[in-house]
Amino acid sequence: MAQPTKPVDRRGFLKGAALAATAPIAIAPQARVATPANVTETTAGTPSGSDPRVTERPGADFMVDVFKSLGFEYVFAMPGSSFAGIHESIINYGGNRAPEFITCCNEESSVAMANGYFKIEGKPAMICAHGTVGLQHATMAIYDSYCDRVPVYVVLGNTLDAAHRGGEVSWLHSVQDAASMVREVTKWDDTPQSLEHFADSAVRAYKIMMTPPMMPVVLTADTEMQENAIPSGEHPRIPKLTLAAPPQGESGAVAEAARLLVAAENPVIVASRAARTPAGMKLMVELAETLQAGVVDQHRRMNFPTRHPLNQTLRAGVAGKPTTGAPVMEADVVLALESSDLYSTVRQAKQRNGALKVISISSLDLNHKSNYQDFMRYTDTDLSMAADAEATLPSLIEAVKRQLTPDRKRALETRGAKLAQASRQAQQKARADAAYGWDASPISTARLSAELWAQIANEDWSLLSDTFWIRDWPLRLWDFDKHYQYIGGSGAEAVGYMAPATVGAALANKKHGRLSISIQTDGDLMVANGVLWTAAHHRIPLLILMHNNRAYHQEVMGIQGLANRHNRGIDRIHIGTKIDDPNIDYAKLAQSMGVRAEGPISDPKDLAAAIKRGIEVVKGGEPYLIDTVTQPR
Amino acid sequence: MHRLLVAAMVLAGFGLHAQNGNADNGKQLFMKHGCYECHGTMGQGGTGPHLAPRPLAAAALTAYIRKPGGGMPPYSAKVLPDAEAADIRAYLATIPESPAAKSIPLLNQ
Repeated sequence: MAQPTKPVDRRGFLKGAALAATAPIAIAPQARVATPANVTETTAGTPSGSDPRVTERPGADFMVDVFKSLGFEYVFAMPGSSFAGIHESIINYGGNRAPEFITCCNEESSVAMANGYFKIEGKPAMICAHGTVGLQHATMAIYDSYCDRVPVYVVLGNTLDAAHRGGEVSWLHSVQDAASMVREVTKWDDTPQSLEHFADSAVRAYKIMMTPPMMPVVLTADTEMQENAIPSGEHPRIPKLTLAAPPQGESGAVAEAARLLVAAENPVIVASRAARTPAGMKLMVELAETLQAGVVDQHRRMNFPTRHPLNQTLRAGVAGKPTTGAPVMEADVVLALESSDLYSTVRQAKQRNGALKVISISSLDLNHKSNYQDFMRYTDTDLSMAADAEATLPSLIEAVKRQLTPDRKRALETRGAKLAQASRQAQQKARADAAYGWDASPISTARLSAELWAQIANEDWSLLSDTFWIRDWPLRLWDFDKHYQYIGGSGAEAVGYMAPATVGAALANKKHGRLSISIQTDGDLMVANGVLWTAAHHRIPLLILMHNNRAYHQEVMGIQGLANRHNRGIDRIHIGTKIDDPNIDYAKLAQSMGVRAEGPISDPKDLAAAIKRGIEVVKGGEPYLIDTVTQPR
Repeated sequence: MHRLLVAAMVLAGFGLHAQNGNADNGKQLFMKHGCYECHGTMGQGGTGPHLAPRPLAAAALTAYIRKPGGGMPPYSAKVLPDAEAADIRAYLATIPESPAAKSIPLLNQ
């Protein structure tokens, strides 16, 4: 957060007092605040003979050297005085390139933007924040990334030495142990005490965050270390970064998993965050085709092509998130890859079939924290590998191939044909369901999705918003076959993630020339609508279609359910849950921040032309928002 | 011909009202009681399944409302009297068939 102009601070006052005692000319107290001119004069008697703050080589320059060595493309931040040294060095010494400073309007948005950027680019971004008030804003998004297994490089500013803090504001913005606030939801942190220490910890932090399970890390940069000169005689070195190879499943366990899968009559692969990269998605296809096994994609990432004949997600139920739909209920072996909620996924199936075998490959077994409960309920498994799923897939595929006999292959082909038929029928049912309420106003979420698909199907597109809120219609109707076409949702199911994450992801898509799209929920946008300005300011092309149902609809249903169970009727459930009276004009909101926009649109017949106009603007390199008034879901 | 058609529709509507409830009131109740929150304003479905066209028979619908399955909360007779449930069903019965998916080009891409 911005810090108001300081009153005369302690350091400035003492130096001013020293000057007043020795200088032949009296200086008004107000003039005693350190300026480049009087600082040099007043500190001439220091051991080094000069004020360390007056320098052409501050410590932050070295910190920027470190950041550059790590290959950061962007730093997302709202400016703050405690990391002003880093800020100044990035834009001047570093030339505002790699990393480039992306101006955010809230630290929560900074982190969510970094999250979305990573999920498209596969590379982490850094964010900067005050160690106190900035981090307090950022915390929810850090928890999101922690739950979402997304690395975010968090750099905090803090003045540790109380003797060198300024006035009231500087004290309010200082903390003993800045990272303590988020230690439970980050993978590692440090507070370096020298530049050499900083470089060491900076490289270590990067390596730790990029080793699965990937999670945010925190580095606290002391304000004085940033702003003061690199101590004379010090030549801090930047260690060499060597990323750890991701952990693979133990060979015996992999062979046993292959044996179970090959012998199974009806195995199903359930993937949540299995495909970390495009290569992971290809491996998923290879495994499924080798086994002729059905796949249920729980869509925390884009794991499997939506129209692949072996994709059974539509049969698992809308959303595909932890569910016990038909594919799992029919299975005799479940292979769960980086499952986010394995207990819910297999609970009913295990009750129905006590012989069901469950194999889990999850890097989360390598992470151990106690307080936050994102580890979910303990699940009975028959084989569990503490390993990264994507890194384990090649050896698992090879092990499966080794165990397949010609007879077995023929049997699997028969199974594959049946699954393909089931998949086709599920897709037909999805289209039939989409026709209900086709001409409804407010616009049905199926119609909204179909109208959008018609305009983008032949583009190189990337859908960046969580489809859960619109009944997964895009995942049910569209042809997703590339990893970057979907990035899942918020790791902690927190409101306020979607808008900034989509803008961060769109920034990553920009240099690839992809058409970035989001179907943005209204309640989420209202948490962090400043990100619209960020998109306009940095010319981030993104087509935003509002899913404007004028309510916190999830909570509407929740309160409605309680009121009914308590036999009180639902006359008052709008209180605290609806976003109306007045209705928000999202087009005007966007326009006020420099984003071209139109709407509200309630008639589905008006959608096609609006989307066409929006795509034209986005192709020109700018964001565009269409306010569409929609059905609740 | 036109007059005959109108007359038939009026009679049909009257019959519907007399036997199964008031569709206009049912539409208001469908919104007031928040049915649309999960089933859509045209009963097309949402978080909950689609209810229209061709809703459940009145007795079956009322029974389900009183003791629903899945995530739907129960509506007691105190909250939603039988007569109001009948009106809601009458509204659902007036909702026309949606076009078939095969006839919608956007759903065949």
